[in-house]
Amino acid sequence: MNLLFRINIILLFLFFLGCSQEQSVDTIEQIQVGGPSGTELAEEQILRIGNGSEPGSLDPHLSEGVESSVIGRDLFEGLINELPNGELIPGAATSWDISDDGLIYTFYLREDARWSNGDLITSEDWLYSLRRSVDPATMSSYTFILYPILNTREIAAGELPSESLGVRAVDQYTIEIILEGPTPYFLGLLTHSQSYPVHRPSVEAFGGEHTRPGNLVSNGAYMLDEWVVQSHVKAVRNPFYWDNASTVINEVWYYPTEDKSGELSRYRANELDITQSVPAAQIDWIRENLPNDFLSVPYLGVYYFGFNLLREPFIDNFELRKALTLAINRDIITDQVLNGGQIPAYGWVPPVIGYEQQSMVEATWTQEQREAEARRLYEAAGYSFDNPLEVEIMYNTSQDHRRVAVAIAAMWRQVLGVETILLNQEWKVFLDTRRAKEVTEVFRGGWIGDYNDANTFAELLQCGSGLNDQGYCNQRYDELIKLASIEDDLEARAQLLQEAELIMIEDLPLMPIYFYVSNYLVKPWVGGYETNIMKHDRSKNFYILSH
Amino acid sequence: MFAYVIKRFFSAIPTLFILITIAFFLIRMAPGGPFDADQALPPEMEANLRAAYHLDEPLYQQYYRYLSGLVVGDFGPSFQYRDFGVTELIMTGFPVSLRLGISAILIALIFGVAAGSFAALRQNSRYDHFIMTLSMTGISIPNFVVAPLLVLFFAVMLGWLPAGGLGDGGFQNFILPTVSLALPQIAYIARLTRGSMIEVLRSQFIRTARAQGLALRSIILHHALKPALMPVVTYLGPATAGIITGSVVIEQIFSIPGLGRFFVQGALNRDYTLVMGVVVFYGILIILFNLIVDVIYAYLDPKLRK
Repeated sequence: MNLLFRINIILLFLFFLGCSQEQSVDTIEQIQVGGPSGTELAEEQILRIGNGSEPGSLDPHLSEGVESSVIGRDLFEGLINELPNGELIPGAATSWDISDDGLIYTFYLREDARWSNGDLITSEDWLYSLRRSVDPATMSSYTFILYPILNTREIAAGELPSESLGVRAVDQYTIEIILEGPTPYFLGLLTHSQSYPVHRPSVEAFGGEHTRPGNLVSNGAYMLDEWVVQSHVKAVRNPFYWDNASTVINEVWYYPTEDKSGELSRYRANELDITQSVPAAQIDWIRENLPNDFLSVPYLGVYYFGFNLLREPFIDNFELRKALTLAINRDIITDQVLNGGQIPAYGWVPPVIGYEQQSMVEATWTQEQREAEARRLYEAAGYSFDNPLEVEIMYNTSQDHRRVAVAIAAMWRQVLGVETILLNQEWKVFLDTRRAKEVTEVFRGGWIGDYNDANTFAELLQCGSGLNDQGYCNQRYDELIKLASIEDDLEARAQLLQEAELIMIEDLPLMPIYFYVSNYLVKPWVGGYETNIMKHDRSKNFYILSH
Repeated sequence: MFAYVIKRFFSAIPTLFILITIAFFLIRMAPGGPFDADQALPPEMEANLRAAYHLDEPLYQQYYRYLSGLVVGDFGPSFQYRDFGVTELIMTGFPVSLRLGISAILIALIFGVAAGSFAALRQNSRYDHFIMTLSMTGISIPNFVVAPLLVLFFAVMLGWLPAGGLGDGGFQNFILPTVSLALPQIAYIARLTRGSMIEVLRSQFIRTARAQGLALRSIILHHALKPALMPVVTYLGPATAGIITGSVVIEQIFSIPGLGRFFVQGALNRDYTLVMGVVVFYGILIILFNLIVDVIYAYLDPKLRK
């Protein structure tokens, strides 16, 4: 009881610091201590997160990369929010209607929602923010996330003014979003930072400096308190957040931790409560010594080797692609080469909600059967041990990619006699080379989904898509993806996407190798922690137990 | 002396100009651009971003634009850290690197010169061998090995010092990074000092001083140390510039928000303006430190003053 009283006093103090006098009366009752039982809580509710590298920007419409998103999810709240397990729940909107044709989404905003400076959040704020997000003058590089909204593409290209965006304020607390076509995963997109609101008066007053501490006004459970570049970002509880009463953690610190071993040391020295990752080389040690802290969670991503279909030897050579795909032992790669809990992949789409994962029929075979079939196909393609294929694997410079490439080259050699040359390039050079499709043969690729839906993977293999460095182009595949994008029956839509994936598996423009996992550490005293496939954590769901 | 400094100062300007020009065109010649990502941007968006950063202009125009900005001290906006200008980033990173670097160099100088002189005075003795072995070890073991070991021992096992980060900028946060940074320098300076001290001790004027019956202490401090320090000073100029513009390895391991990390991250991300900013800044510092070294030289060696 004593402890509870003390926390209350601190919170009250914070509260009085953070708000003006006339607003104090109606918010006072909201402030209580949450958690399953108040007495279990630690006195100091501070969460320290290892956050990879320095965030590129804290402006939600400019932020890209995981680091910015981690902080953004605490500082801002979209119309839609997520439960710790990834399930979609009301965020800044309490509820919504979807028109029968799936084109118009009506969102009913929280009337008690306020900015971190106490201003009310109304439909005007949302109108301004969504328009700003797609306006070319904002210079966002993630505008395409909102392409399903009517006219976004044209606005991004500068052909239409941002006012023509398919968004409308019905009244002070109701907005309508009009889509180009039915987009069943649209609600999921609204958890992305590109759809977060920004506080117009601050943006207009401070311009590029509106994200600085003292200037940044946000609508999430936390607000920015300090930002020392390359040192830390510190966020503190937002007393005006509508659900502030259930927030327990008072301060969140995000540290850039580029050096994974350094991050582990800081974690072991109790300077971090959650790490972003763990050093691959120390995974065995961690499993043995920190078993209660170590988490290995499926992550929405796939690792693959692409075949350049525009160049020999892979043009119209399905047998060869299939032979190479079957000849590798994925279990050895995941269990022995990488040893990080990765999941062998025989299909393209990782496990996502509402989608039945597809895989090649050979996935259920034994490795011996797969290798025998690989040899048969290799010969059918005109190669043999005496007349071996000579091929080049290109990957971006990294220890892990090298290990995978070396293992695959060895497997190809052992099973088929393939002569492989390994070539690595620095990341941006590699991207350029891969995209040009002029010199690559087999190349490394990977993709982490932008949202929890099969479409974020399926759309990438359409003709001319931004990640289709294979040069893959199948009319039927594209047709199915298009049909799926306008199908509003979820089951029928999933079936279309599944059918498309099967076509891709039959064409094999690439060979899937494994699905990613996220390996990291969480202190046992971080209460309320749940994992999800997107690794979308929100500090407001956690609490620090006494330890 | 003053005229000499002014002359050196102005002769540095063309050097800096050449440096800027080469760096500007080199970074732009590197394959890959700031907006390249796993998934290529839709063409309309990429065109948009390129126009916003003037990357769609001919290279000579971009070069002119950059130089015009530089003249008024504007390094341009960062491509990667989009909420900050490059000037601001350098100004936040530099004081940290400076504090870390100066402390490391001072420690290295004090301990290096002391150990080197001590070894020289007892040449070929047990102490000499011990110090030289130790310094050889210090030079050979890279600091990315030493630093994590120090962290493991002092932060993780003993819990005496922070494992990383700047905290509130307190003294204790700087101890491990400074020591890690200073260790190889101590070793190097000790070897330099020992070598030149032995040479000086064999020279005629020291023999004369000894013959006059001066105390050893006085000989070392008043006569031998100054000339023996010449090679150390030569080494200190570029070493100091290198260290205070950021030791990438140490900054990464200890999560220290210094300049070095900007340089590396900037290059990897093709953050043209950030890389250029750090290069120009680094160039200015190198020139400055070489100048300082020359002045110290002139002080130490009266022959050069003429």
